Amino acid sequence: MRVTIDQDKCVGAGQCVFAAPDVFDQRDDDGVVVLLDEEPPAEQWEATREAAHVCPALAILVEG
Amino acid sequence: MLSCHTTWYIVPLIEEAVSVEVAREYPMVRTCPFDPPPEMAEIQAGERVLRVRHWDGTQPWLVTGYDQVRAILTDPRVSADTDLLGYPHPSAGSAARRRVTKNFINMDNPEHDRQRRMLTRDFMVKRMQAMRPTIQALVDGLIDEMLAGPNPVDLVEALALPVPSLVICDMMGVSYTERDLFHELSRTMISRLSTPEQAVGALNGMLEFMSRLVDEKTAHPGDDLISRLVTTQLQPGHLTRDDVVQMCQLLLVAGHETTANMIALGTLTLLERPEALAELRDATDPAVAEGAVEELLRYLTILHVGRRRVATEDFEFEGVRIRAGDGIIVDHAVANRDPVAFEHPDELDIHRKARHHLAFGYGIHQCLGQPLARVELAVVYSTLYRRIPTLRLAVPLEEIAFKHDNVVYGVESLPVTW
Repeated sequence: MRVTIDQDKCVGAGQCVFAAPDVFDQRDDDGVVVLLDEEPPAEQWEATREAAHVCPALAILVEG
Repeated sequence: MLSCHTTWYIVPLIEEAVSVEVAREYPMVRTCPFDPPPEMAEIQAGERVLRVRHWDGTQPWLVTGYDQVRAILTDPRVSADTDLLGYPHPSAGSAARRRVTKNFINMDNPEHDRQRRMLTRDFMVKRMQAMRPTIQALVDGLIDEMLAGPNPVDLVEALALPVPSLVICDMMGVSYTERDLFHELSRTMISRLSTPEQAVGALNGMLEFMSRLVDEKTAHPGDDLISRLVTTQLQPGHLTRDDVVQMCQLLLVAGHETTANMIALGTLTLLERPEALAELRDATDPAVAEGAVEELLRYLTILHVGRRRVATEDFEFEGVRIRAGDGIIVDHAVANRDPVAFEHPDELDIHRKARHHLAFGYGIHQCLGQPLARVELAVVYSTLYRRIPTLRLAVPLEEIAFKHDNVVYGVESLPVTW
């Protein structure tokens, strides 16, 4: 699995951090998404897919 | 148990004859206080996008399906700008209010994101989770007061309204002693029964209140959100004074109305489902309460008269032709009961994976304060029923008044005993 994020689209709702806190974080100064793991291990796949699905700004792309 | 299928809760039916040519009136009327109007499910099963008749005589589009709601709310040909002709305001009062106020929830990009990002750090997940011990202490303290005070008591006044009000006041640097003023103004602002004059009067009262606070924070900045907006955005010229006042007004109203209603209505819902309440009360894993929060948000969807948008271009959508200037209403409450997205959607199942619900909206305008709401609700739901295991309604369910005419659904008061 490969994850990419679009920080320009992010609205800082925090959905990804709730869904997959080991894969996503928020930048301290403005709450914009930070990717912690571009290729998360298999045990994170379900949470990562959920994070992409619930992102309101369509800022997370998951491939594979 | 739930009384939705008995006859005590009869609401007046719309008496005028509706012929097949005439679009249905929106919003429709609930028959069960915990469910969307029954016609909505029927419409959803047949049509995902249709014309409805609105209070002002217009016929905006109503979108009922989960996938379709998400599609509209992320479509760049659809605007949240309340100034655009065709925007379907939920009431005359709301339309009048929007002529006076404008903040980023009614702006499109790029200005929306620019303003919202000035606030996202204040509501970040890790910041809200760091506030959890403080919120826990606050909730425990209010429950101590409840137990030491009169019994029965109105849970709205004793807990549901104070929890989010105290938290947002503390974050923003608003004195909680002013709560009576802003609670009343907020209530009048968002009631669909308010006349345009009343709605605008209340809004102006709120803007004056905020304006005074901005002056105070300019003179004596403290460690709070309004002071930070003044020093980092207003003074360097990134925002006008009016922008700051409008933004703060939005945060104060949104920060207490929604969560307060979720606490009281959520508690009533659980009291009517003792098995779910017992599971929540006895759970040792915090994930149970967190899951219950998501499911109650989905099930109750308290912003119950739809989010409003207007098309800025002509486009085909789900077999209909939407034209520039057409109003669009997306109904999250029925979309959150869409079987496409949730199995057995009319059942409350606190163990369900419900995080993909639309109770906070969707698209760039999705609720900014959701990390705060989640923490507040998880603390209340995991504490109240454990601290007061005999909590029950002090009046029959039939005597509870529901906020049918409020943009934010809930109960007017919730008399409880133990």
